[in-house]
Amino acid sequence: MNLFLDAWRWLATGSNWTGDGGAATRLVEHLLVSGLVVGIAAIIAVPLGVLVGHTGRGRTAVVLAASAARAVPTLGLLTLVALATGIGLTGPVVALVVLAVPSLLAGAYAGVESVDRVTIDAARAVGMTEAQVVRRVELPLAAPLLVGGLRSATLQVVATSTLAAYTADVGLGRLLFAGLKAREYDVMLASALLVVALALVLEGLLALLQRLVTPRTAAPAEHARPARNAHPSSTVAEKSPTERTS
Amino acid sequence: MIEFRSVRKEYADGTVAVGDLSLVVPERSTTVLLGSSGCGKTTLLRMVNRMVDPTSGTVLVDGRDVKEQDRVRLRRSIGYVLQAGGLMPHRSVLDNVATVPRLEGATRRAAHARAAELLEVVGLDPALGRRYPGQLSGGQQQRVGVARALGADPDVLLMDEPFGAVDPIVRADLQAELRRLQAELGKTVLFVTHDVDEALRLGDEVVVLRSGGVVAQQGTPAELVAAPADDFVADFLGLRSRQRQLSVREQDGRRLVVDADGRPVGVLEGSLEGSLEGSLEGSLEGSLEGSLEGSLEGEVPGA
Repeated sequence: MNLFLDAWRWLATGSNWTGDGGAATRLVEHLLVSGLVVGIAAIIAVPLGVLVGHTGRGRTAVVLAASAARAVPTLGLLTLVALATGIGLTGPVVALVVLAVPSLLAGAYAGVESVDRVTIDAARAVGMTEAQVVRRVELPLAAPLLVGGLRSATLQVVATSTLAAYTADVGLGRLLFAGLKAREYDVMLASALLVVALALVLEGLLALLQRLVTPRTAAPAEHARPARNAHPSSTVAEKSPTERTS
Repeated sequence: MIEFRSVRKEYADGTVAVGDLSLVVPERSTTVLLGSSGCGKTTLLRMVNRMVDPTSGTVLVDGRDVKEQDRVRLRRSIGYVLQAGGLMPHRSVLDNVATVPRLEGATRRAAHARAAELLEVVGLDPALGRRYPGQLSGGQQQRVGVARALGADPDVLLMDEPFGAVDPIVRADLQAELRRLQAELGKTVLFVTHDVDEALRLGDEVVVLRSGGVVAQQGTPAELVAAPADDFVADFLGLRSRQRQLSVREQDGRRLVVDADGRPVGVLEGSLEGSLEGSLEGSLEGSLEGSLEGSLEGEVPGA
């Protein structure tokens, strides 16, 4: 309990936030690294996932590769890459991209694959080009699952980006490692809390985005009617043939 | 006019969907491809707008080989209606109907105006345009599907069991509506169904297919019923079933048409008027006059 109070006191101290290596800088760094990683992963995974979902080809290969990538231990991969590339951001970025790709890939291809085949067949039959089928039918309908993939990838990456500090002087992980070395557990806990807060905020924002991209499939309620007329579906007028010919 | 010249479709696994079929679909009339599932009728239909390419043979639309035309352009110039509607669930009804004009570069405003007109053409209230397909009944969705197919004012309309998924009453309604539309618009309609009654009701020409995409017989509905080419056609049309063996029986002064089980299927035309006249002369004369006098007398003082 004392530790939490200490951590809180550390967070509440203005001087801990300012300056080189202050919490504010670390937070921004953490956000930038996470953004970079998710961005690179999205550039790789989303087009690939959409392609697989659209053509239905290579599905097995992609599923296998994605599950294999999920099983890769991030810290191990980071160490391996860092041994080859040396101290710097390359190691962590590569390892984190591998972490983020499976979720994004799964979101993209599952989203596109979930679109009703009849709808796609009809879109093609009325004369949409393949690109138009993707852009106007598959992507809008896949959007919620696609953003779902982005959401879980972001959550994983933000939580794991602390590892960037393993080989680079970057991110909230820096405070964590420094606290560990100096046995300043209040600093460690404070930085962990910052990671949690950042993850929660991003999670909230992406949940909002997911709601925004969910396509409307129902018209907004027409202006309010008195309760006894409240059967909008029964007001639908399907004219009978006799009505029309008269 | 649509012409199939010895088309054949064989899939990679060796199944023959259509085997060396030649067929002419006359202009501005409705031709029905009738057959049970797996007879290749949908494959044939989809060859016209190149959703399927034949393994060999040619398909001509208005004398031009479809293979030499750009798929996308060709599809936009041909209306296509399919069984489940195939509407885009995330677009409003109006947007759905406006699809092809929009693809062809029409402004949103112009395409929507045209779409609203088309909704009226197919017997829907244009106010439905703001709704989404999921908010419509099955029958309404099919009408929207027809409206979308008419979007680019195509000469050729392909219909793949368009009324297969709606209940019988709505289906009869849609069939009547299609006949009215066709009388108005005079499109070249190629219509696929496995429903014999639907084929006889809608087709100017009916093509009966046997499995493997082979024409068993082509002719007007009357020709098929009067002179089925062979046992297959007779059986498929159900001509030997007890429901189609009709005879006439007198009942209460009317001539009823009954099937082989004695079940009534209709009244012979002319006999209804005859019996009405008869009854007017007889019992009605007295009772009508009586009740008219009675009710008039009663109403006058009150007026």
